[in-house]
Amino acid sequence: MATQDYSEKVIDHYENPRNVGEIEDPDGIGTVGNPSCGDVMKLTIKVKDDVIEDAKFKTFGCGAAIATSSMVTELIKGKHIKEALLISNKTVVEALDGLPKIKLHCSVLAEDALKAAIGDYQKKAKKQK
Amino acid sequence: MDELIYMDHHATTPVHPEVFEAMKPCLMENFGNPASTTHMVGKLAYEATENAREMVARLINAQPEEIVFTSGATESDNMAVKGAGEALQKSGNHIITCRVEHKAILEACKFMEKKGFNVTYLPVDKYAMVDPADVEKVITDKTILVTIMMANSEVGTIEPIKEIAGVAHNKGVLMHTDAAQAAGKIKVDVHDLGVDLLSLSGHKMYGPKGVGAMYVKKKTKLTPLFHGGGHEKKRRSGTLNVPGIVGLGEACAVAIRDMSQDSERVRKLRDKLYEGITSRIERVYLNGHPEKRLPNNLNLTFEFVEGEGLILSLKGVAVSSGSACTSDSLESSYVLRAMGIPDWLAHCSIRFGLGKSNTEEQIDYVIGLLVKNVARLRAMSPLS
Repeated sequence: MATQDYSEKVIDHYENPRNVGEIEDPDGIGTVGNPSCGDVMKLTIKVKDDVIEDAKFKTFGCGAAIATSSMVTELIKGKHIKEALLISNKTVVEALDGLPKIKLHCSVLAEDALKAAIGDYQKKAKKQK
Repeated sequence: MDELIYMDHHATTPVHPEVFEAMKPCLMENFGNPASTTHMVGKLAYEATENAREMVARLINAQPEEIVFTSGATESDNMAVKGAGEALQKSGNHIITCRVEHKAILEACKFMEKKGFNVTYLPVDKYAMVDPADVEKVITDKTILVTIMMANSEVGTIEPIKEIAGVAHNKGVLMHTDAAQAAGKIKVDVHDLGVDLLSLSGHKMYGPKGVGAMYVKKKTKLTPLFHGGGHEKKRRSGTLNVPGIVGLGEACAVAIRDMSQDSERVRKLRDKLYEGITSRIERVYLNGHPEKRLPNNLNLTFEFVEGEGLILSLKGVAVSSGSACTSDSLESSYVLRAMGIPDWLAHCSIRFGLGKSNTEEQIDYVIGLLVKNVARLRAMSPLS
């Protein structure tokens, strides 16, 4: 992939990724992917009354993986977890004005990380009850 | 920097201005067919292609009549594998090659397997080097061809062709080498190497695309890929690609004249790039042999940083990566994997292929970009 194959939004999120890092003492953690496949994403979320207050990510991967990671954190912040669970990789790709065809699979990483982080939060919440 | 910094010379090279000038008249004024010499136009074209043949031969220390013009190294490689297989099938059905060859060899060998041949794909060491002793171990009375590349296109490792050819010839087996990456960059002498067949390509050495050559040692039996008007002493039918061939010849003439000083200059730039990177960035690993490598090749692994992601940050710089994310196959480089490099590190590799156009300023600029962006991407990586 060369720069010109990506939308301006993808390049913007790759060059200026939002919400990079790890939340200390998070309510949910989702780590997905595999280094031997070339991408790993770790998403941490802070949740209060089932609303995602904060989200941060760390990603090892290509430009598309980094941009979709960044975008998904933007999309879920302030959302109720039920709403957040409706976000699919397609939603993320659309929010980025599309991805080259052979890069679409990279966006699955963001959706998987989101589901894993919310799942982790729900499991922890259950235990506390 | 606004200019393009081209560091992908293993993929292809721009045509040298002298090559362009030599080719120009062959498109319109000197348009003749070298096989139609009943008139001046044809004779001129014939002279032009024969002059080119002389230049190609001189570059590799062969005789002009041992040069067959082809469409490129892929055709030459196919000619070696399929042509030798076909011609020698009565003597045996075993071919020896290695795991880091160009796809032109690997796929041609796979094709021969379907035809009933047995192919041994030798392993390589951590530098992508083939051990001649391994060739000796697997060679049998049924072996008809050994084909090992002269220099690897990804990691630049120069294979011990002379030693391997010695092993092959002790058993009376034909020896081929794909010298597409080596020709014009390091000394290639067919007599010193002791090879029977050698492939080379125009566009890897500042010549045009779509033209290459095959050295076929006198009296070597080879079934042609193309049948037709019997051009190239019946080894390759088809009207000669005169502009391409003239371009290839000129590229060889330029290489004969400039290679030693060019390669030395490029080697210094490559070493400067390597030292600049490794002195300022930690956890960077060299892929390929530290000494026995092409002067223009630098293949590095930047741990924790995915190759495509890193390339994207090197704006205006053309390089390539062993990462799956730069290929359509979604697999990491088979060359790096054959060297025992784990998949995840193969994804973190970048290949710099330097060439004539590169300058010290460009090297400094690229080092600066790498320092900045490797740090940025590592800070973002959950692995580091």
